[in-house]
Amino acid sequence: MAMNSLKPHTWVDRYADYLYNYAIARVSEREVAKDLVQETFYAGLKSAKNFKGNASERTWLIAILKRKVIDHYRKINSRKGQAEVHMHYQPGSDQEGDWLEEQVAGPLRDLENNRLENEELGMAIQECISKLPKKQSQVFTMKTIQGLATEDICKELGINPSNLWVMIHRARTALMGCLNENWFE
Amino acid sequence: MISCDEAAIICNKTQYREASLAEKLKLRLHILWCNSCYSYVKKNTKLTSLCRKAALEGLTEAEKKALKDRMAGFQG
Repeated sequence: MAMNSLKPHTWVDRYADYLYNYAIARVSEREVAKDLVQETFYAGLKSAKNFKGNASERTWLIAILKRKVIDHYRKINSRKGQAEVHMHYQPGSDQEGDWLEEQVAGPLRDLENNRLENEELGMAIQECISKLPKKQSQVFTMKTIQGLATEDICKELGINPSNLWVMIHRARTALMGCLNENWFE
Repeated sequence: MISCDEAAIICNKTQYREASLAEKLKLRLHILWCNSCYSYVKKNTKLTSLCRKAALEGLTEAEKKALKDRMAGFQG
């Protein structure tokens, strides 16, 4: 089996959004998530020589980011002086009760399941995007995630609208093939 | 009549609400008799709703550029 190798100069284009998506779901502050992604890349550069090539680059980077997220929460907690866990029975009520049992399959639980499913979906899409050729992933991301106008993207990348639509077409077709069939049911 | 390639491009424009009314009509007509384009349209539309559902977020081009510059400095 061919060993994986690291290509740090491609990291930002291929994995920044993927990692950011993971981070933002956990820290919910844009600036913090951005910093965590940057720290992940720095740590990756620093320990590149330890990369064994058993995992893919992406798996290796997400493992680093996971540590960074944990460290982030450790830091916050130690700043407060202690780790605190708050549990609310119901927001805005001081009722007491066996909240675990009463909440089973309630609306909050559904909401939580949705959140997890959407996050999983987001990671799956980002993973597929990171496998696209660079230009395609760039155009797709600018159009779909950043929601930029066709005209602006063309100007920025020096392409014409028909180039853009061909690249969008290729990217979307590849994504349809890459995403698990289950998502399309 | 439009070709399947043209139909695909119009379908992609539709995903970003950038197809003209005339284009949309041509596409509708095309998928009446073209099965493969019909399923392409269905799948592509589903991809759009998946992307919306995942509420994808990312860094802006400027942020990525800045990140690349900082990483280059870090290496050097």
